[in-house]
Formats: sequence, structure tokens, C-alpha cells
Amino acid sequence: MKKADRVRWWTYLLLAVATLACVFPLYWMFVVATTDTATATRLPPEIVPGGNFFHLAGLVFSTVPFVRSIGNSLLVAGTIGVGHAVLCSLAGFAFAKLRFPGRNALFLIVVLTMTVPTQLAVIPQYMIISALGWVDTLQALIVPGLASAFGIFWMRQHLATTISDEILQAARIDGAGTWQIFWRIAFPLVRPAAFVLGLLGFVTAWNDFLWPFIVLKSPEMYTAQIAIKALQNSFTVDLGLAMSGSFLATLPLIVLFVFVGRRMVDGIMDGAFKG
Amino acid sequence: MATTLTPPPRTVPGREARVRQGPAERLAPYAYIAPFFLLFAVFGLVPLLFTFYVALFDWNPIGERVFIGFDNFTRLLGDTRFWNAAWNTISIWLLSTVPQLLAALLLAHLLNHARLRLAVFFRMSMLVPYITSVAATTIVFAQMFDRDYGLLNWLLGLIGVGPIDFLQSGWGSHVMIAVMVTWRWFGYTTLLYLASLQAVPRAVYEAAAVDGAGAWRQFRHISVPSLRPVIVFTVVTSTIGGLQIFTEPLLVSRSAPLTCGPVRQCQTLTLFLYEQGFGRFQFGYGAAIGVALFVLIIAIAAVNYVLSARIRPER
Repeated sequence: MKKADRVRWWTYLLLAVATLACVFPLYWMFVVATTDTATATRLPPEIVPGGNFFHLAGLVFSTVPFVRSIGNSLLVAGTIGVGHAVLCSLAGFAFAKLRFPGRNALFLIVVLTMTVPTQLAVIPQYMIISALGWVDTLQALIVPGLASAFGIFWMRQHLATTISDEILQAARIDGAGTWQIFWRIAFPLVRPAAFVLGLLGFVTAWNDFLWPFIVLKSPEMYTAQIAIKALQNSFTVDLGLAMSGSFLATLPLIVLFVFVGRRMVDGIMDGAFKG
Repeated sequence: MATTLTPPPRTVPGREARVRQGPAERLAPYAYIAPFFLLFAVFGLVPLLFTFYVALFDWNPIGERVFIGFDNFTRLLGDTRFWNAAWNTISIWLLSTVPQLLAALLLAHLLNHARLRLAVFFRMSMLVPYITSVAATTIVFAQMFDRDYGLLNWLLGLIGVGPIDFLQSGWGSHVMIAVMVTWRWFGYTTLLYLASLQAVPRAVYEAAAVDGAGAWRQFRHISVPSLRPVIVFTVVTSTIGGLQIFTEPLLVSRSAPLTCGPVRQCQTLTLFLYEQGFGRFQFGYGAAIGVALFVLIIAIAAVNYVLSARIRPER
């Protein structure tokens, strides 16, 4: 029986292969982003980064308004992250801790909306944004993404398990209103979960492509992802340039991940289905 | 507020009812859930329903429209480009979903070992592709799969195979895109599976080991059945996501982005929708493609649900 309990060598081998598969493409992106086209097309390929990074990065910034694009992405993804943390907590709180007619039916609707494929409705979505006069603006990206069914589901689960009914009842007897109970008692207690949800919202918004690609028209409004596409299109069809853009657009998330990656992993696993 | 944080020693039944609540308090829960429902209605449900309406018109972006009934649909059914895109979509979806879920099952099982060293490191590595954007992923992988200078063809060349022109061939471009999709999602799925596995009491595995069940039988008869709910969940979400793939096919072909190559070898339905709707300004025809995609997703999701619901613990 002892033998079955030990971790076998091939477990580590397979996990090492999976880890390499996950990390290598990012490393490769950096390698190509630091070499000129001549080096990038040499065989056998260069496996170590070259010294061309700042030259190519400079080219990225002069080809497209990349600083502006990063700023746009930060604004859009940041607002959506905060919106998720607050609005989904609020709705999750109502579903987990408040009693009101229609609660269960409404929650079922929230869960069901997760299975609705809304991306295929981009044409009417564009018409609505157009009717609002929001074409080529950042609010066209921000407003539709402020809350999500997934976020409400997630926060409801955390609120239901973290906060006891006794605390809320005591607060109510002391005369606290529902808003005060949420903002001063419930929200502080689930802040870690709301933080991770905000991060997930941030990452999703940062990496979104189809919707910004449709509604953004002018280069000053581009998010980082659309700027990458523009780099790929630009007359200087240079692989290193597109790779540098990709790397620069990914860098903020890598930095973020170094600091909060562990909390993201724990958060995703906490929010997942159990049993 | 400090005093209110101390719970009362005992809850008297019905005490809550005595707390007076004004109309504002009674409406508060609805106000708290309203933002989501409002956003979903305006940017999700209404556009979805409106798709069915727009599909009945010859409609251009300036707003001119002519009611043409089901003409868009009859045209669609006779359009070989549509059937090509439908086939590509299903092919890429199958090639990306099946390996992804199988790899995630295996990796979650491996990561679930109680005495595994470096567990946190492995878990964090699995999430790296998830934070990488589709655009960046596509550009890197397109380089790796390149016919002339790609890393993969160089490696294949070392063992005397190739070079393979992945992008220009039908199956090659499908495999290439499927690898990108799989890469981005398998780690995230692994973490979801791992979370479910950790909820299974370790004693169950120990008892099975005592009864002589090896690693494979433990995996097959304990791990897989206990993952049933999360498997159903991931199958449904990867179906909805996998059938709407857009960015990868748009970015892999630099010469003909809207068709994913000169002979539409990897044009998916969402890309076809974009090409017709926004590339050729035929909103009505684009909406009809959206409706067809909707029908396809519902049909495949239903089949999937029935199949995955059959994973049961064996008795």
C-alpha cells in the first residue's frame, strides 16, 4: 500500500511537460520580440533573447499610439473590474441574504443567462450602441461589461457561506438599513472574493477582442489588443514588431500575475463546483 | 458598528418580522439585482431577439431596409460558403474541446496527489495561458506553425518530416487553431476539475487502494464520476465558447483575414457573420448567419448535455 501512496516519477514528468507547454509560448514571444526579422527567420532558431527589445519597442510606440492604447485598456478593464466587484457583490448579497418574492426564480434566470450565446448577436448590439451614439467610444466597451451572471453566481456562493444570518439579524434589530448592512458588514467580509472576481473581470476585459474590434474606429480609441492587430496590418510587415506589441500588451498582466496569481488560483478553485 | 458585529446569544423565532420595514427597504433587493438585469436586457437579450427580426430584412448599416421574409435563410441554405464555415466551426470545436477536457482530467488527477511537491508552482503555471490574450496567443502560435521559419516545422525537419504548410491546408489550419484554443483553456479547466476532486474525501481513494484498485481504476471509478457536475458545466461552456471562435481565424491569415485564407479553409461561422455583416454591410444576411449559429449551438449543447449526464458512479 505504501507504494500506491508515493508520487510516481512520471507524475512529475507529465506535470513538467504541461508547465513547459504553458510557459514556453510566452518565453518564445519574448525571444522573437527582442530579435530583428533576420534573426527571427534564421534556422535553427535562436532560443535566447536578443538585444533588440528597446529598438522594436520604440518602433511599436511610433507605429501606433501605443501609450494611449495601454491607457484605454487600463481604463476599460479597471472600470469593469471595479464594477464587477461592487455590482456582483450587491446582487449576490440580495440573492444570498435577503428574502423577497421571486428570489429563486430570478436567480434561476441569472444562471440560465450564462448559457445564452450573446456573441452571435453582434449586429443588433452594434445597432444599439450606434443608436446610443456610442460608436468609437470607450463606454461602448465598459457599460455592457460592468456586471456578469458568472460574477453574481460566484459572489452569492461566497456570501452565503461567509456571513451568518445572526449577524445580519442583529444589525437589523439595531436599526441598520439594508444598504448599511451590505456596505459596512457584508462587503468587508467578502472583500477577498470580490477582489479576485474584479481581477478576473479585469483580465477578461483586457483581453477582449471581437467587441472592441467592431465598435472602435479611430486609432486613438484602440485598446491594446486592437493595437496589436493594427501592428500586424501595418505596411512594415515585421514579425518582431507584432511580437513586441503582443509582448508589451501582455506585460501588464504578467506583472499583475506575479503579485496576485496565487490569489487568482485559490479564488478560481474556491468558486468552483464542489462535489 | 462594532456592537452589531457580536451575534445575539439566541435567535428568537419571528423576531425579524417585528423589525419595521418601509417600502424603500422592501424594494432594496430588487434595486440591488436591477443593474445586471438591465445590462443583460439591453446588451444581451434584446439584441439576441432582434437578430431574428433583422434576419427577415435586406438591411444595410445606413438604416435602409426591405422586408424579404425568409429569403436570407433560403439563400443561406444554398450558400456553399455557409456550409463550409459550419463544417470548419464544428471541426475546430471538436479538435479543441475533446483534447482540452481530456488533458484537464488527467492533469487534475495528477495534481490531486496529497504528497505532490511544488503544487502551488504547477497550479500557477496552468493559469499563465489564461491571462495571455487571444491576439497575442494567435500571433505567437502562427509563428510557431509557420511553413518557412516556424519552430514546429524546424523540429519536424530534424526528424525528416515536412515542411507542412499548416495555414494553407484545411486540416492543418484547423489543428493550428485548435492548439491555440486548447492552450488557452486547458489550465483553467484543470483548476476547476482539481477543485472538485479535492472535495472527494481521501478515505474513498484509500479504501479503493486497499481493495486493490490501481491508479487507472481509481481515476475511472472515483475521480470521473465525482466530477460529473463540473464536467457538464465545462462541456456546456466550452461548447458555447468553442462554436463562437473568431479572433484566432481572423488573425492567423495576414493575406485574407476575413476569410481565414484564400479558400476559406478556416473561416468559422462567427467570422463569416462578421465578413457579411461588417465587411460587406449586409446586416440582414449576417443576422441570418447568427440565427443559424444559434440553432447549431442549441442542438449541440442539447446532445452534449444528454451524453455527459450519462456519466454516473458505477455501483
